[in-house]
Amino acid sequence: MSIATTFSWSLRHAFARPTWTLTEPFAVERKFPRPSDVRLAVDNLNLYINDAHILKNVSVSIPQNKITCIIGPSGCGKSTLLRTLNRLVDTNEGIKISGNVNFGTQDIISAKGSDITEIRRNIGLVPQRPCPLPMSIYDNVAYGCRIHGIRKKAKLDVIVRHYLEAVGLWEEVKSRLNAPANGLSIGQQQRLCLARSLAVEPSYLLADESTSALDPISSKKIEELFVKLKENYSIVMVTHTLRQALRIADYVIFMYLGEVIEQGPANEVFNNPQHSLTKNYLSGAFS
Amino acid sequence: MIVFPTPVQTTLLFYMNYRYLKDKVAGHLMFVLSALSLLLVVSMGVGLYLKSAPILADHSLWSLISASEWKPMKNEFGFFPFIMGTAWVTVLAVAFALPISLLMAVFLTEYSRPWLRRYVFPLLDILAGLPSVIYGVWGTLLIVPWISEFVAPSLSRSSSGYTVLAGGIVLGVMAIPLLVSLFIELFSNVSQDFREAALALGATRWQTVKHIVLRKSLPGLIAAVVLAVSRTLGETIAVLMVCGNLAVAPGGLLDACYPIPALIANNYGEMLSLPLYESALMFAAFILFFVVLVFNLFSRIVLRKVTQY
Ligand SMILES: Nc1ncnc2c1ncn2[C@@H]1O[C@H](COP(=O)(O)OP(=O)(O)OP(=O)(O)O)[C@@H](O)[C@H]1O
Ligand SMILES: [Mg+2]
Repeated sequence: MSIATTFSWSLRHAFARPTWTLTEPFAVERKFPRPSDVRLAVDNLNLYINDAHILKNVSVSIPQNKITCIIGPSGCGKSTLLRTLNRLVDTNEGIKISGNVNFGTQDIISAKGSDITEIRRNIGLVPQRPCPLPMSIYDNVAYGCRIHGIRKKAKLDVIVRHYLEAVGLWEEVKSRLNAPANGLSIGQQQRLCLARSLAVEPSYLLADESTSALDPISSKKIEELFVKLKENYSIVMVTHTLRQALRIADYVIFMYLGEVIEQGPANEVFNNPQHSLTKNYLSGAFS
Repeated sequence: MIVFPTPVQTTLLFYMNYRYLKDKVAGHLMFVLSALSLLLVVSMGVGLYLKSAPILADHSLWSLISASEWKPMKNEFGFFPFIMGTAWVTVLAVAFALPISLLMAVFLTEYSRPWLRRYVFPLLDILAGLPSVIYGVWGTLLIVPWISEFVAPSLSRSSSGYTVLAGGIVLGVMAIPLLVSLFIELFSNVSQDFREAALALGATRWQTVKHIVLRKSLPGLIAAVVLAVSRTLGETIAVLMVCGNLAVAPGGLLDACYPIPALIANNYGEMLSLPLYESALMFAAFILFFVVLVFNLFSRIVLRKVTQY
């Protein structure tokens, strides 16, 4: 490569506002160090809230760079399991946990102080109800990076644009980045929350019914996004739409009343469920 | 052909109209009541202004509020010392109460265990409901001697203890329970979802408080502070008991002062012989009224700016 090309390249990088499209996979350079060991495994987890047994002997290991779908009837503890994985259950009163949840070599349940914030950054949770922070659209995406110490405006500009484009929101909001985020529609808020979680570069993305507020086309877009994201992220999603699980799941966990009834690769669980409860639940999808 | 309504239809019609009538009456009644309360404020302002007109005719407004001599017998009415007294005590009280109550409220809502809250909340309500004379007595018995025996000597000054500092502390302590319970109310109204959204990104608890909870409740915080300042401005008995009531503009925290409410309460009644004296006290009340009014209006404007989130 000639010096002139190098020169013009660096010039272009210095002046042109970088643009990305979804086809270009996540080209934003890594901002946070990636932990060397990112296996996530739950072993014999029991969780009580005020003496109610919510999770019973849950043992799962989440495969990497795959989409794992957690399915099961309402109230069976799917959200609680996700919230345990990134320690958000801490905010509940009267919680009691036993068992092991390991992220790499680290024990999530006994983590303290800065380990917890680092776990939460690495295992991002997109909440069931979209909840934009009380700031502008721009600041919502930039917030996670700011609290982890990235403050340069130029860098944040790139990050914000990149992740908004990744979730397909850029075109809709680029003219009002500084407007309050709660003015967005629910579906847009959902995608904003997704962008916000992606911006801190988690290794795992826990999505709690991220498409429940979306129309079929937008939720298809999110599904496509997830499929693309699994190159770099491991995704755990809770869904009530079995068709969606059928479309995109690589691995399926079926829960019922706080227990994991069945888990395994998607085609095995869907085509040849072992447990009668799973059969009954799935029959809703195929009938 | 004429169709007469059946009895059932007539009653129905009556009730329909009756319903709308009630709606109309209620609407008008509520309008009248709100208009009356507005009228009350206006009439108070006008009344105070009319009462203070004699002294305004005799002295210029500027000389009244800038002069420092207060000798009613010699027809010298300078309000500067009282205005400064009120300003010092109020600013000090709020500067003292605001950070403490903010931290207390943050601790109680975000950090403390629930059982602690169960004990502290009723306590705060009791404190907020105590009559101000009790705070005055507490100030005279504790704060005033503390200032004269410890604070002033340690700064190698001598002081009776009846000072701006005493007034500020007592008023601040009075404002704390009110502010804390208002703040707690505001903070617990911030949905848990917001906190969790920030925590899930890896924010610490303090970052969550700073960026989410305080930001979300900012309009309410401003309104609460305005309420506290308005009450502090008008607080009478407690300041009357601990401020020293010396008609000289205070030059520091260890000087005595004489806030406007204390001036009015102390002298109303004995001024009957001097017509201008009564007018002067009414003018003092008018100043207080005006300051509270302007302060509230100003805060409305600020509130309009910050409520967009
Ligand atoms: N704070 C709490 N106190 C008491 N019980 C709780 C609390 N949070 C959750 N639970 C209970 O835990 C169980 C699991 O709740 P969870 O939210 O995990 O269900 P879910 O599978 O996500 O349901 P959904 O599909 O409706 O979101 C439910 O029975 C719920 O009532
Ligand atoms: Mg749920």
